[in-house]
Amino acid sequence: MTPAQRPLSPHLQVYRWQLTSVMSILHRATGIALSLGAILLVWWLGAASDGPEPYAAVQRFLGSWIGLLLLFGWSLALFYHLCNGVRHLVWDTGRGLELSGVYAGGWAVLASTAVLTIVSWVVGLSHWTH
Amino acid sequence: MAESRTPSPAHAPMRSPLGRAIGLGSAKEGVEHWWRQRVTAVALVPLTLWFVIAVIGLVGADHAVFVAWVRSPMPAILLVLLLVATFYHTALGLQVVIEDYIHREAMRLAALLIMRFLCIVFAVRGIFAVLKMALAA
Repeated sequence: MTPAQRPLSPHLQVYRWQLTSVMSILHRATGIALSLGAILLVWWLGAASDGPEPYAAVQRFLGSWIGLLLLFGWSLALFYHLCNGVRHLVWDTGRGLELSGVYAGGWAVLASTAVLTIVSWVVGLSHWTH
Repeated sequence: MAESRTPSPAHAPMRSPLGRAIGLGSAKEGVEHWWRQRVTAVALVPLTLWFVIAVIGLVGADHAVFVAWVRSPMPAILLVLLLVATFYHTALGLQVVIEDYIHREAMRLAALLIMRFLCIVFAVRGIFAVLKMALAA
């Protein structure tokens, strides 16, 4: 019997976008972005340990529009990866793997990410003195 | 033909009895990578939440306030733990990304080595910075 000539790899372009696949891709994308964010953290700590002047330079950069945009993207990626990571840990216990659970968890992650990001920035900006 | 008498793989696995008993599979690491990613993930949940709250509290802090906070002394310990867990978790995650997308053996090995070295270098740089502030006279 000759085997059917089926496609050998997932041809992504023939599939409709779904919450599940988009969130899976986003988990990896935010993970890669956070790797770069971790370098920002080390840069910040290193500058603080080098003295007041390097620290002030980093603070000036982070307070600029580019810096704030970078920090906003970082916080969004961090909260998404954190919330979706907890979703993965729940899956690892064997729970929430039925289709309805996967979708409910997905929407919960997106809602939590939005709430955590907005609350952090509202509180953070209200603390900002200059 | 002789081949037709060979039992199917399901009955005669290629793996040796010893390999089957040890249970580490062809990659020789079993679930170790998966498990370490989970351990660091669980550690990072409270550490990340603490860090975000701490950073929000430090908005607008000048150098003296920031260094005093690091030295207070719990933040120094938590920052070192955060750096270790973050870069360990990062190295495990980027390893999978590299293994998925870089197929040429030499390129993949080079990328894995560079990525691991960079993770260690940045982690040590961060830990050194924290300790320098925390332990300065």
